[in-house]
Amino acid sequence: MSGSIFQKYARDFMLAGGLFVLILLILMLQGSAYTSRMLVEAACYAIIALGLTIQWGYAGLFNIGIMGFIAAGSFMFMFVSFPVNERFWNSAGPGMLVEPIVTLLIGVALIVAVRKLRMIPGWLRTPLTVIIFATTYLLVTAGIDPAAKVIESEAGFIGGFGLPVFVGWAAAGIIAGLIAWFAGRICLGLRSDYLAIATLGIAQIIKTFLKNADWLTNGTLTVSPLPWPVPKPIDGNFTEARSIYLALTAAFVIIIYMLLERAYHAPWGRMMRAIRDNEEAASSMGKDVNKRRLEIFVLGCILMGLGGAMLITFTGLFDPSGFIDLNHTFLIWVMVILGGTGNNRGAILGAILVYIIWVMSEPLALSLFDLVRVYGLDWFGWQAPGDLDSRALQMRVFVIGLTITLVLRFAPEGMLPERIRQD
Amino acid sequence: MSELQPIIQLTDIHAGYGGMNILNGVEFSLNPGQIGVIVGPNGAGKSTTLKAMFGMLHCSQGSIIFDGQDITNKPPETLAELGMAFVPQENNVFQTLSVQENLEMGAYTRRDDYSHLIEQVYEIFPALREKRNQDAGELSGGQRQMVAIGRALMIEPKFILLDEPTAGLSPLFMSEVFDRIIAVNKTGVTVAMVEQNAKQALGFAHKGYVLAGGRNRFTDTGAALLADPDVAKSFLGG
Amino acid sequence: MNELVFFINKALISGLVIGSVYALGAIGVTLIFGILRFAHFAHADLMTVGAFVSYVLMALMAAAGFSAPVPLAFLAMFPAMVITALLAIWLDKTFYKPFRDRGSNPVIIVMASLGVTLMLQGLVRLFGGTRARSMYIGENKDIYRIPFPGAKRDLILTEPQLLLIIFTIIAVITLAVFLSRSRLGKAMRAVSDNPDLAQITGINTKHVVWTTWVIGGTLAAAAGTMLSLDVVLKPDLSFGLLLPIFAAVIVGGIGQPYGAIAGGMLIGFSETFAVFNWAVLLRPFRDSFPDWFELPTKIAFVPTEYKLAVPFFILILVLIYRPTGIFKGKVM
Repeated sequence: MSGSIFQKYARDFMLAGGLFVLILLILMLQGSAYTSRMLVEAACYAIIALGLTIQWGYAGLFNIGIMGFIAAGSFMFMFVSFPVNERFWNSAGPGMLVEPIVTLLIGVALIVAVRKLRMIPGWLRTPLTVIIFATTYLLVTAGIDPAAKVIESEAGFIGGFGLPVFVGWAAAGIIAGLIAWFAGRICLGLRSDYLAIATLGIAQIIKTFLKNADWLTNGTLTVSPLPWPVPKPIDGNFTEARSIYLALTAAFVIIIYMLLERAYHAPWGRMMRAIRDNEEAASSMGKDVNKRRLEIFVLGCILMGLGGAMLITFTGLFDPSGFIDLNHTFLIWVMVILGGTGNNRGAILGAILVYIIWVMSEPLALSLFDLVRVYGLDWFGWQAPGDLDSRALQMRVFVIGLTITLVLRFAPEGMLPERIRQD
Repeated sequence: MSELQPIIQLTDIHAGYGGMNILNGVEFSLNPGQIGVIVGPNGAGKSTTLKAMFGMLHCSQGSIIFDGQDITNKPPETLAELGMAFVPQENNVFQTLSVQENLEMGAYTRRDDYSHLIEQVYEIFPALREKRNQDAGELSGGQRQMVAIGRALMIEPKFILLDEPTAGLSPLFMSEVFDRIIAVNKTGVTVAMVEQNAKQALGFAHKGYVLAGGRNRFTDTGAALLADPDVAKSFLGG
Repeated sequence: MNELVFFINKALISGLVIGSVYALGAIGVTLIFGILRFAHFAHADLMTVGAFVSYVLMALMAAAGFSAPVPLAFLAMFPAMVITALLAIWLDKTFYKPFRDRGSNPVIIVMASLGVTLMLQGLVRLFGGTRARSMYIGENKDIYRIPFPGAKRDLILTEPQLLLIIFTIIAVITLAVFLSRSRLGKAMRAVSDNPDLAQITGINTKHVVWTTWVIGGTLAAAAGTMLSLDVVLKPDLSFGLLLPIFAAVIVGGIGQPYGAIAGGMLIGFSETFAVFNWAVLLRPFRDSFPDWFELPTKIAFVPTEYKLAVPFFILILVLIYRPTGIFKGKVM
């Protein structure tokens, strides 16, 4: 037999213990308000990292558009749960939006009909789809533009629907999953690099849309304060409110973890691993590889949308320009590959550790560069450029890149390697 | 001992993929200028024997001597320099390169003027001369085999290994390819080939090897094997 | 006629210029894709690095009191191309080759190239700062005005645009000759076509890999420099280029250099046509429209801020209907 549970999971315990000590240290140095904020954000990142680790670790899917799914989920949460904007509903805006929305629905229905109806001969389908698509596109944009102008001038932006936070979070997951479904349908049958390119593009387009559709998202003016699922801090007593929020996010992490573990050991998970490890063999056994991949891609993206929504709920601010590839895509990749690809505990612990280092590295980089500035002037008479602070932060970009290449090269299994069970 | 030293000699070769042995003590030898044909049922280790000779998989036991040198587990690049050329069964031409360019690639390792060799290949395979500027991917199966063999001839090999050169060809093209192989052999090149069409191939083989289960079952001249009723019954389809 | 000139200036020339930049980048990416079998995500950053090297050399030349009939940065571009090519070979040796030797899944190498992207981005901004810079120090950007018969407006072509177009034409012809005539060029095509056979044949893969990086690096440096000459040198130049370049590669067919050129031009023209205000072209016919039809002041397929969606949309269409690309690239 393999000995006690402590021996079997020695690495897990050591890592968790080390993290615990690190957190205690930060708690002593930085105080509870700071630490609780850091931990909540780390927990949200852990959910996103779980989403990525099932895509990459279980199915080998290469998603570098995580930022887009986070942004989409965040927007959807804002849209559903932000308080109702009375000025919008009293303006001409809603009436003006009816027409483009109806046009859009008709267009979508027509396209679906063209693709599905047997009456229509095959050769006619593509040209018909193109014509309907183009007409719908032109009509919808022509309808939206004046409505957008009216809304922006009279009401600022549409606002939300004021629904409970949990409804908003669910909507966040759903929209991310829907986008993933469309993207996955197109790209999953192709080589993995294509999915990378496609997700990269989707992320950029989602961000561009959110930044520019002021009537819908308030654009660069940002939306705040977003509602919380738990009581907000009162009179500057951050620790208590943040601790409750932390308990909530931690519960989410644990539940998601347990569900994923169950799925991993269920026949579904075994099939996933079979596909990842030997695609040809799996498909020759009659397993529908692309369908399984689509399932896991959608599931992962749902988690990303959810985690993103929980993250911006906590910060209370929806800012479309705040979504950046570095923080919301590559940082998560580092968490997953450093934590241990395909290992759910690795993703969670990796997320917490990497996030702590990430947060801590900002003041560190700044003070380091401050030293460079001071000594550069003292010793060499070097006049530092004025934008040294913003350059200092670029150091972190470099370090993230370096970490990715080093981990891939020297520790490809990460801190907690996937346990291959003979089940 | 015959006067001639064998140009290639495999002794007790054990080899396989990923720890699973396919060859369990294969013996093979040819004198210079001979044609050796390896036949046998599927999974007998025919192609594997060729690949072992050309250093494409690891031999766990046994030795391979080529032209007086021990070449056991030497990489293909080294063997090409020594004068061995290999024609794989599939994907054996550069499809997007013209016939002429395929031949030029065959001579990649040469730094001398090789235009006379291209001319020689066209003499052996006249059909290729007309198609010299056509992409190899556009040729018929038989012509592709000729391009593949021609490409291998560009290093002026002493010894050429052909893995099922007639696989998937119609009988007409098959005879054509066999004729060309004999023509190549007439120029002094030793030939080892794996062949499914055992009867025809053994008809012109100087030596024939029947493999089964990764071991030699029968070894004799081609004609003798064809005449052997045991061989005929078990391996040549009656 | 004025409208036609406007169209040529704003749509045709801009399309040709940006298309050339995409094509130069896409040639490198498609060759790397074909020969090393991975999507090189750091390619756009090679462009930025190349442009920065040109900038530094240009500044040095300007400080030394150099002057020339062409922009100094254009002269500096040629040594910068050499430096970028060497950098590309070094990057391959340090960051990609170890994975190839280990037989890693190509996706791991793609990931490593993302790591390299971030490192290059970080370094460029660390040393070059985040602000935009002009590639001209003490020089003026020459602008050629070519009178157009029957129009009040002139055709406008800037010096860097002209240089870019000429450079692209020369580069494409040189590349075509290289690939179809030279021993090494044919070997590149052979490795791209069938790597296993190339190995059996004794083609020296190492030289082929180096050549690939040299071509990719030099063209990337040239494209980055000339784009910066035309517009301005920005450290975040690269990220916006990545998607159109990859779209160009896939549209053209992976591993097909001519496809990459066609794809680059297609994407470039589609982008400019999509954001072009077509109302301008209709204006001369204003009087012949029926009364109920009022010509809008702006008819564009896509608002300028969504330009990025154009290559993406084309990419998706190609992936759905013809995943091998127009020129039948590899199905991978």
